[in-house]
Amino acid sequence: MNRGGSSPSAAANYLLCTNCRKVLRKDKRIRVSQPLTRGPSAFIPEKEVVQANTVDERTNFLVEEYSTSGRLDNITQVMSLHTQYLESFLRSQFYMLRMDGPLPLPHRHYIAIMAAARHQCSYLINMHVDEFLKTGGIAEWLNGLEYVPQRLKNLNEINKLLAHRPWLITKEHIQKLVKTGENNWSLPELVHAVVLLAHYHALASFVFGSGINPERDPEISNGFRLISVNNFCVCDLANDNNIENASLTGNNFGIVDSLSELEALMDRMKRLREEREDEEASQEEMTTCFEKEKKESLFVVSGDTFHSFPHSDFEDDMIITSDVSRYIEDPGFGYEDFARRGEEHLPTFRAQDYTWENHGFSLVNRLYSDIGHLLDEKFRMVYNLTYNTMASHEDVDTTTLRRALFNYVHCMFGIRYDDYDYGEVNQLLERSLKVYIKTVTCYPERTTKRMYDSYWRQFKHSEKVHVNLLLMEARMQAELLYALRAITRHLT
Amino acid sequence: MEKMSRVTTALGGSALTGRTMHCHLDAPANAISVCRDAAQVVVAGRSIFKIYAIEDEQFVEKLNLRVGRKPSLNLSCADVVWHQMDENLLATAATNGVVVTWNLGRPSRNKQDQLFTEHKRTVNKVCFHPTEAHVLLSGSQDGFMKCFDLRRKDSVSTFSGQSESVRDVQFSIRDYFTFASTFENGNVQLWDIRRPDRCERMFTAHNGPVFCCDWHPEDRGWLATGGRDKMVKVWDMTTHRAKEVHCVQTIASVARVKWRPECRHHLATCSMMVDHNIYVWDVRRPFVPAAMFEEHRDVTTGIAWRHPHDPSFLLSGSKDSTLCQHLFRDASQPVERANPEGLCYGLFGDLAFAAKESLVSAESGRKPCAGDRRHPIFFKRKLDPAEPFVGLASSALSVFEMEPSSGSMSWFVDTAERYALAGRPLAELCDHNAKVARELGRNQVAQTWTMLRIIYSSPGLASAASLNHSVGKGSSYGLPLMNSFNLKDMAPGLGSETRLDRSKGDTRSDTVLLDSSTTLITNEDNEETEGSDVPADYLLGDVEGEEDELYLLDPEHAHTEEPEYVLPQEAFPLRHEIVDTPPGPEHLQDKADSPHVSGSEADAASLAPVDSSFSLISVSHALYDTRLPPDFFSALVCDMLRFYAEQGDVQMAVSVLIVLGERVRKDIDEQTQEHWYTSYIDLLQRFCLWNVSNQVVKLSTSRAISCLNQASTTLHVNCSHCKRPMSSRGWVCDRCHRCASMCAVCHHVVKGLFVWCQGCSHGGHLQHIMKWLEGSSHCPAGCGHLCEYS
Repeated sequence: MNRGGSSPSAAANYLLCTNCRKVLRKDKRIRVSQPLTRGPSAFIPEKEVVQANTVDERTNFLVEEYSTSGRLDNITQVMSLHTQYLESFLRSQFYMLRMDGPLPLPHRHYIAIMAAARHQCSYLINMHVDEFLKTGGIAEWLNGLEYVPQRLKNLNEINKLLAHRPWLITKEHIQKLVKTGENNWSLPELVHAVVLLAHYHALASFVFGSGINPERDPEISNGFRLISVNNFCVCDLANDNNIENASLTGNNFGIVDSLSELEALMDRMKRLREEREDEEASQEEMTTCFEKEKKESLFVVSGDTFHSFPHSDFEDDMIITSDVSRYIEDPGFGYEDFARRGEEHLPTFRAQDYTWENHGFSLVNRLYSDIGHLLDEKFRMVYNLTYNTMASHEDVDTTTLRRALFNYVHCMFGIRYDDYDYGEVNQLLERSLKVYIKTVTCYPERTTKRMYDSYWRQFKHSEKVHVNLLLMEARMQAELLYALRAITRHLT
Repeated sequence: MEKMSRVTTALGGSALTGRTMHCHLDAPANAISVCRDAAQVVVAGRSIFKIYAIEDEQFVEKLNLRVGRKPSLNLSCADVVWHQMDENLLATAATNGVVVTWNLGRPSRNKQDQLFTEHKRTVNKVCFHPTEAHVLLSGSQDGFMKCFDLRRKDSVSTFSGQSESVRDVQFSIRDYFTFASTFENGNVQLWDIRRPDRCERMFTAHNGPVFCCDWHPEDRGWLATGGRDKMVKVWDMTTHRAKEVHCVQTIASVARVKWRPECRHHLATCSMMVDHNIYVWDVRRPFVPAAMFEEHRDVTTGIAWRHPHDPSFLLSGSKDSTLCQHLFRDASQPVERANPEGLCYGLFGDLAFAAKESLVSAESGRKPCAGDRRHPIFFKRKLDPAEPFVGLASSALSVFEMEPSSGSMSWFVDTAERYALAGRPLAELCDHNAKVARELGRNQVAQTWTMLRIIYSSPGLASAASLNHSVGKGSSYGLPLMNSFNLKDMAPGLGSETRLDRSKGDTRSDTVLLDSSTTLITNEDNEETEGSDVPADYLLGDVEGEEDELYLLDPEHAHTEEPEYVLPQEAFPLRHEIVDTPPGPEHLQDKADSPHVSGSEADAASLAPVDSSFSLISVSHALYDTRLPPDFFSALVCDMLRFYAEQGDVQMAVSVLIVLGERVRKDIDEQTQEHWYTSYIDLLQRFCLWNVSNQVVKLSTSRAISCLNQASTTLHVNCSHCKRPMSSRGWVCDRCHRCASMCAVCHHVVKGLFVWCQGCSHGGHLQHIMKWLEGSSHCPAGCGHLCEYS
């Protein structure tokens, strides 16, 4: 039962990357050193977050108001770099966990656990195991999926698809769930569950993408907590943003003067804005661009063997896999590139045919009142959030950059905007950033500090957190769009 | 103006003809537009762009504008508009942000004329100037509106909405220079085409995106807008501030709105999601659509009136890939299906009843108003002769007030407070509760308790005596015979019973006899405002009157009667009780319902002794002799509980359930129990009987109920040092790592009940403080405050 052990000093357990493991095998005497980084994030120096934090009364107020645990957790601390956003985030999260909704409170937390488990996000799992028990959940359920009611178990399929390949969700899946029977879901319940699933998949992306550290209060040991394993290898943490170490990352990132990198990026953005007027890309060109971008995203991770664990290796060595897998079925199911399945020829999702503003919102709000407004506000907030700065430069219009990030995430899920020139993505997002984006949105559990460090080296940490927020919300919206479209099709 | 008249005269000779019809398109439509000759319609969508001729019997495809081997995104249309002056000119808005114009007069196969690629995002709407031949306006997702002169290669002027995407743009029909635009953030802006620097006027029309707008074709200042907030609003723009003159609430977000020609107050809407119908509303009647077209199987994306001066033809395109022509006379009219009666209870038990006036006046003649009842107050709606639906609108509203005494629930409160539910042996509980009930004059209930006691506690001489005593006492109440008032209350149940009986082909004369009176009663039932709780004494009064039949229950009697009752037994537990219940009150009640029934049974009963006290002893004696196990009665008791619950006395049902506990619980299904518990708890809480309600919750065995008082039991506290909330434990702060709550007396941490003075905020263990304050009135912390403990 007591799988978590007696919750040892949680931060000590770090996962080792393949590289370090090789070294360790050679020399057994090397002891894993304690992580150097403390504070809420393993990627961001503590002082960055704390500094921002102490000034901010607003954050404290928000936490008191909306946090379910009643304390300032690490996610909130990191997000509080963007207070404006934090408010809409906390409000919507609080609403889906605590306020009026068709699902009972413990179920909501259990669904959150199931969602987080798809990405082996022990941080979120632990958090919600506690909340689950606090809200009166049956402890037995935490032993694994075979102990939960069939009804919750039925959610597995949609959880799996939503997390990794949302484009496969069809109205048949929805029909199977709502079909009258002993274990059927009502539509409002289902929408609530879908919103929760999408939220926690996306949040897992944020947790890994920002290197959120485990919470520092292991004293509540209820036996269901997982050993808080941080997925970041010590070697990642040791090289604290050193440019010398960049050479380690292989030939992808030559030692380019990062300053000039930034200048070049800003230059390209400026050019793009100006070019729009005179140069027009032909439609065919744009279509091919999207296809190209889709295809290229294939190689973004797979070509980069250093960062991705070979699949078998990855599963063997995951210490926590066995623990987490009790909440999921079919753990081998993962992201598969949208473009790769040429044989099946799944149609591209045309963003204009099913938009969040027109369709998604109306459906969600109809079935699960008010959450639509909160999500709408959150999406709008993240999409429009800007401080008009880039690294050390001020008064920059970052719209094109933000749009490129947002649309690139959607592109990887096969959602295409007719009115977007995907050539921009290529110009604005450097390869290391693409690697990072793809990892964070598709396989967040494989994110390393090196990936985080290797892009945009001149940028502030708060800006990188901003990127993570964009990725998270874009991913959530993509998942929601697919799920809601399936529900709409079921309804008509 | 001159041009307008030309349009009408052009068609003046031949009136439009046609029928409701539809044709299948190859792909979902996004928008449609009608040619000014009213004989052609263009359909545009992501992968369709065709012109159809509207003939009398069918649509005929005339032209496919989507040419070329590999159709480009320029052909993926979000919107299409046909020029109202020039029948060769069309414009489309593409999803990739391009505005395309088409000239049907071109000799080549490709009719594409001009391409404007100025917008960065999807163009949501294009609109031609109503009278000017070359002016085209577009509104895009990028927040800009552009005005094009088709004689030039690029836009003449650009209007920035200074906000998110533009959803609709419409030229005013009457004001040459004005156009309206609607935005995703809920705003509507009015622009002068000559002044691109800033808008003339801006106001927030909706909560959330405004998807569409339409200028009234005749009324100069009227603009209709439809939004995601499921509303259609009509604005009067002639005043200084835009004034909302009408508002229609629909059931889904409004995608398109179009004024109906020649009908000042009518407009047609279709919705963005979920709802596939097209509605035509009279804006003065915002609750029921005037007409409804239900042909489409998926959301309707485009609607257009076929001719600007003909109100009966509506064209529509839909995502289900069909193009439809609807005829107004074929529309379904929800008003016809609406139920013109309404009934509603007020907060204090008043009842309002609205119905068609004709209905009310016809019935008022025979309405038997009880003497003590106040006359209903009548309201009559003043009718506006200008309004439509005059025939339906004349309704009368009557309000009935509650008789003051019948609403009193003091017996409920008293009973709830005085009942004992646990903590004593069953016999004592029953006796106690019986006593309570008797004191409150509820003899029937008292009887029930006594009976329960006899059934479930070990029988003895004492019990027989007590039974004798109580019944004797009960019967000593001289009460009047059942009156008609009482009968009414029984009526609903009885009515259904008779009907069912008949349906089973059971032609027992007694039920037939009852029939006439029952139906009469049920008819009146609408108007009765009687509380569902029948004063118990009336019922018992009836019992008194028919005492001889009361005690006819002999075992043999029951058995002989049984076969006859097989059918009713299945259907009605109530009947069942007549057969083999010991003389419990429910038996009496049933007799009260149907004196005829009892009358018919009189022969069978003649064997029974007439002397009541004698019969009583014999009953209990019989029970005792046969040594029936308590289980034998459990079915009866359950029926009895259900009976009480159905009568509205859920208090009794729950109380008995708690007192008897395991003895009956298994025989009643979990859900029913839960239902009773929740109803009772709800009632208790309405009467502010918190303690009783909590006791009931505590004593209940149902999981769903007992968790009720475990919800929101958390008390959040802040640390007394750092003023931050304490999350994990109540006595030590995570942040400053200090113990927050120390006892001022013993200086230890308080982990349980902590009491503190509201004056000086010192405190400690409850016991310690109580003890301390017995000896001293000063604060134990030595702060000098005179603490009070109450």
